[in-house]
Amino acid sequence: MSVPIIARSRRTGATLGVALALSALLAALAEPVQPSLGETAPADLFATGLYTDPAARTVDPRHHVFSPQYPLWTDGAAKRRWMSLPPGTRIDASDPDRWAFPAGTRFWKEFAFDGHPVETRYMEHLGEGRWIFATYEWSADGQQAPLAPERGRADAWPLPDGRTHAIPGRTDCRVCHGSGPAPVLGFSALQLSPDRDPGAPHAEPLPLDAVDLAVLVERGLIANAPAGPAPRIPAADPMERAALGYLHANCGHCHNDRGALADLGFDLAHGLNDGTAAARATSFGVALKDPPAGLPDGVDLRIAPGDPAASALLHRAGSRDRLLQMPPLGTALVDEEAIALLARWIANQPRAGDPAPQTEGDNR
Amino acid sequence: MMFLRAVATLFLGLSFILVVALSSTGLLAQETDPVARGEYLVNTSGCHDCHTPWGMGPNGPEPDMSRALSGHPADLQIGPPPDLSEEWVWAGNPTNTAYVGPWGVSFTANLTPDPETGVLRDMSEGQFIDTIRNGRHMGQGRPILPPMPWPAYRNMTDEDLSAIYGYLQQIDPIPNAVPEPLPPGQ
Repeated sequence: MSVPIIARSRRTGATLGVALALSALLAALAEPVQPSLGETAPADLFATGLYTDPAARTVDPRHHVFSPQYPLWTDGAAKRRWMSLPPGTRIDASDPDRWAFPAGTRFWKEFAFDGHPVETRYMEHLGEGRWIFATYEWSADGQQAPLAPERGRADAWPLPDGRTHAIPGRTDCRVCHGSGPAPVLGFSALQLSPDRDPGAPHAEPLPLDAVDLAVLVERGLIANAPAGPAPRIPAADPMERAALGYLHANCGHCHNDRGALADLGFDLAHGLNDGTAAARATSFGVALKDPPAGLPDGVDLRIAPGDPAASALLHRAGSRDRLLQMPPLGTALVDEEAIALLARWIANQPRAGDPAPQTEGDNR
Repeated sequence: MMFLRAVATLFLGLSFILVVALSSTGLLAQETDPVARGEYLVNTSGCHDCHTPWGMGPNGPEPDMSRALSGHPADLQIGPPPDLSEEWVWAGNPTNTAYVGPWGVSFTANLTPDPETGVLRDMSEGQFIDTIRNGRHMGQGRPILPPMPWPAYRNMTDEDLSAIYGYLQQIDPIPNAVPEPLPPGQ
């Protein structure tokens, strides 16, 4: 008996629907349970597109070399940095403190000790705020750079005083890059300002082929860049400028007013529109709420103006005790040059008469 | 048509059996109620083993549920740690809330939602998940000390960690200011 074509189609469709529903149910039951440990990264540095000739380590000339004016302290590592924009795309600088990068943007940062590359860190924007964070560890002969273990690598390179450099794990990347308003930290209007701070600790000479803010604007690689003079931290004197810049680069990625720790009310980042230094306003004379283990008795202020020895910030930045140190990761040696600068800056501040004490977290 | 009815009946029957099975094991409640899921995970993942102080009861050592998940008792004075050797590298106290080892002395945290002393009082759900993922206080601070088995728990899904956070937010708050850890040698 013949079946009308429409009825047959419906029957087939219903059968298919039931089959699909059963398949979906089975697939859901069979799906492996995976934690959210981040996006999958290329297995090898050479697969990220950094080099046109991996064997010769020839960096793709289309990538942009850059150097932030306030470098992050990594135990004296020598660093080289590159970024890449997809052809025809631009950075949106509408928010001066939170540049928006197009999908496909890539960053690389190579860390070398004693003339040997040890690791190259990598970021790639997948779009809609999703980023790959990865670290590639160099082989001893410098010929291979596979993806570092997911948990990182301890004892990756010997440092003075029996310390060692550790390659961070992938979740460690997010500690710094996921704690502020923008995941990209060293590539910003302030960090790329042509008005570079000569007093910045460990200031690097600008590589000849490096781009800065002016070059990016000139090449049309930035949209909505603010007009006006080159960004600069307003400060009472060069020492304060350098100190605030150091705090911005080394502490401000976590301690800012827009990230996960904003409720602490401890802002060491410099916003381009900040009229006064947030670092001063949120640390001078501000009492600690939960003093960490290892802090000397009597040290109960974030910064005690005029008194470095009574300033918790200096004790924490000057410690590498794992319970006390700041930053809590990414460094195994105290940055003595920076500590000396910060101590001079704090000592140079007038002691407060008798200010009404604020308490950490009061603006929560 | 007969075939279609048979398939539909089979599908409905299997679904009914599945629902009954899930309901009878509490799994359905866990799927629909994150707090129930969180409670299940907390009770089966060993959280009480360390975050609830233990005492000697009629059945031997057992967790004191009147202080459930409130961490190391602030009023409990602990003496100097024992001398440890390479063969025995760490030790715990009778409440199973304080531990000594090469890292110093660690105390289990107060996981209850006490607004003054609970460790989660300033921690968002995202920070809690990050904390378990990377083993850092607040997800970005100092390392969490042994013997907290975060390397195992970091393999939980976001949904499960979120459920645990949700459950811990609504248990009874217990004021208990857990001391800061002690560095090695103190």
